[in-house]
Amino acid sequence: MTEKKGRFGGFGGQFIPETLMNAVIELEDAYNKYKEDAEFNAELEDLLNNFAGRPSNLYYAKHMTENLGGAKIYLKREDLNHTGSHKINNVLGQVLLAKKMGKTRIIAETGAGQHGVATATAAALMGLECEIYMGKHDTDRQALNVYRMELLGAKVHPVTSGTMTLKDAVNETLREWTRRIDDTHYVLGSVMGPHPFPVIVRDFQAVISKEIKDQMLEKEGRLPDAVIACVGGGSNAMGAFYNFIEDKSVQLIGCEAAGLGVDTTETAATMATGSVGIFHGMKSYFCQDEYGQIAPVYSISAGLDYPGVGPEHAYLRDSGRAEYVPVTDDEAVEAFEYLSRIEGIIPAIESAHAISYAMKLAPTMKKDQIIVVNVSGRGDKDVAAIARHKGVEIYE
Amino acid sequence: MNKLTAQDYIDKAFSKGKAFIPFITCGDPDLETSEKLVYAMEKAGADLIELGIPFSDPVAEGPIIQEASERALKGGVTTDKIFDMVKKIRETSSVPLAFMTYANLVFTYGLDKFLLGCKECGICCVILPDIPFEEKGEMLDKFQEYGVKMISLIAPTSKDRISKIAAEAEGFVYCVSSMGVTGTRTEIKTDVAAMVESVKEVNPIPCAIGFGISSPETAAKMSKIADGIIVGSAIVKIVGNHGRDCVEPVCNFVREIKEAIAIKSKP
Repeated sequence: MTEKKGRFGGFGGQFIPETLMNAVIELEDAYNKYKEDAEFNAELEDLLNNFAGRPSNLYYAKHMTENLGGAKIYLKREDLNHTGSHKINNVLGQVLLAKKMGKTRIIAETGAGQHGVATATAAALMGLECEIYMGKHDTDRQALNVYRMELLGAKVHPVTSGTMTLKDAVNETLREWTRRIDDTHYVLGSVMGPHPFPVIVRDFQAVISKEIKDQMLEKEGRLPDAVIACVGGGSNAMGAFYNFIEDKSVQLIGCEAAGLGVDTTETAATMATGSVGIFHGMKSYFCQDEYGQIAPVYSISAGLDYPGVGPEHAYLRDSGRAEYVPVTDDEAVEAFEYLSRIEGIIPAIESAHAISYAMKLAPTMKKDQIIVVNVSGRGDKDVAAIARHKGVEIYE
Repeated sequence: MNKLTAQDYIDKAFSKGKAFIPFITCGDPDLETSEKLVYAMEKAGADLIELGIPFSDPVAEGPIIQEASERALKGGVTTDKIFDMVKKIRETSSVPLAFMTYANLVFTYGLDKFLLGCKECGICCVILPDIPFEEKGEMLDKFQEYGVKMISLIAPTSKDRISKIAAEAEGFVYCVSSMGVTGTRTEIKTDVAAMVESVKEVNPIPCAIGFGISSPETAAKMSKIADGIIVGSAIVKIVGNHGRDCVEPVCNFVREIKEAIAIKSKP
């Protein structure tokens, strides 16, 4: 699928300052060496199985299926992983890789805090120094995760530049990496940024679709008809899609955060409202104005509150292999409550975007068809924020 | 009135001893002041002026230029308005001018439209810190078609990359003196002389040192080992402190730097 080095069709690339170029080349060389290394892969598998709790369940959502009256719905339970989301898959891989590369310090951006918590966890486990950059706006709305990271021994830097959200956290982590490269690895949290990050993160997250495929064949003896996942930068979706890309019968659907709606400026739906640009090291779709100034975006979900999308998603969309649909705050909150009540599973507000679209799609499909929804994370972190959204003044 | 080619402007900039290249963020505090700064800095001895087109997310910049960019964008500056300002400047001045901005502003504005604008108003070169050697193919053909120089940067981490970057460099080479982002520094620890030497081994192109130069002392020291020095944050800081009244203090500073590198560079 990759044409020119680090490209997906025309998307991707390495649009970063010269200061970082040897660092990404060193990373690519190390990754190419270790990805085929039996010892590395055995260590990683051991961490994934015994520390993170993989494989995650593929759960038949019986009540949801009956209630919606259409396709059979399975939930991929990434929310049951240690640290509560799919983020741990990538982090264990990258931190192990950093350690093999002789790095002693890791830095990372975080939006909702899930990636930051996962990174701080892996750093604690493997004995590396860890610093996390998080937008000031997000440190306020996800205060518990900040404390969690600190508990795990990480230093958390609130980022006060720009819109003080995920995009600015990425800016600041990139800046920090240019200051200190020799002993430091940047654990990028999504399938974005300069090559080789979109490839590395995808490969470490591809365990999700590998397991879905095996579990589906075991339970149903066939592939699903659709796989649905939420998309911010797009790591859980890329992981859930990857091993199905060649299986053309499987519909791949990414759910973007529409915020208050794609016809408003309060949205983070990059595919629906953005245009092609070059930012954060990659050529992809971005929410921006006519001059290329990156637009402030909005979503109730801090994890999807990002003005861009990973380059492989841009390619999957343009090539027609995957489709991307916008889901509003209100729809996501409704799905958040729906899944909690009907299945006893509180999903992350990010994942609730995917649940919401499944609620729309399932009734339009036949009863012998199958949908897999990736529940990328658990919703404990969101409870107070959703309560406030509903007008209940609860603080953590 | 623009009859000079990009190379003419660059030759002019580097022909009078060590070149002094100041940077300002266009539109901070407003475009009228930016325009006045260009005329005044030219008079004060600037050999090439770097005009920053502000970007919402300048990842190569430290806090001083980040804040200036934010102020300029809040004030409503756009790429179109900056082109209008440069056209006006060109009615009376032939000072060599460069743009410094980010890949997305050029790409989204439209590469042809952007470069045609540069050609028409005599912008001799464009510095894009987020287009490294590997990605310049994305834009290089068009730059050559319009006769605008795409400036190559080398950094303290470039090492074995310097020779291939230098071999294909045009205009001048921007030598990044320090790790990290732009900003004022009290000293420069990198062996920049060795970086410049590596460039000259493969290409006799002018080398200008930037990032972190904020005092006449550092400027003098750096000018000994290169063909020019670039000062950004220290000037943008003066603009930030004085607002519309910045022209005089900026010019005093420019004169001070220019004198420091002129005296020290004579054997």
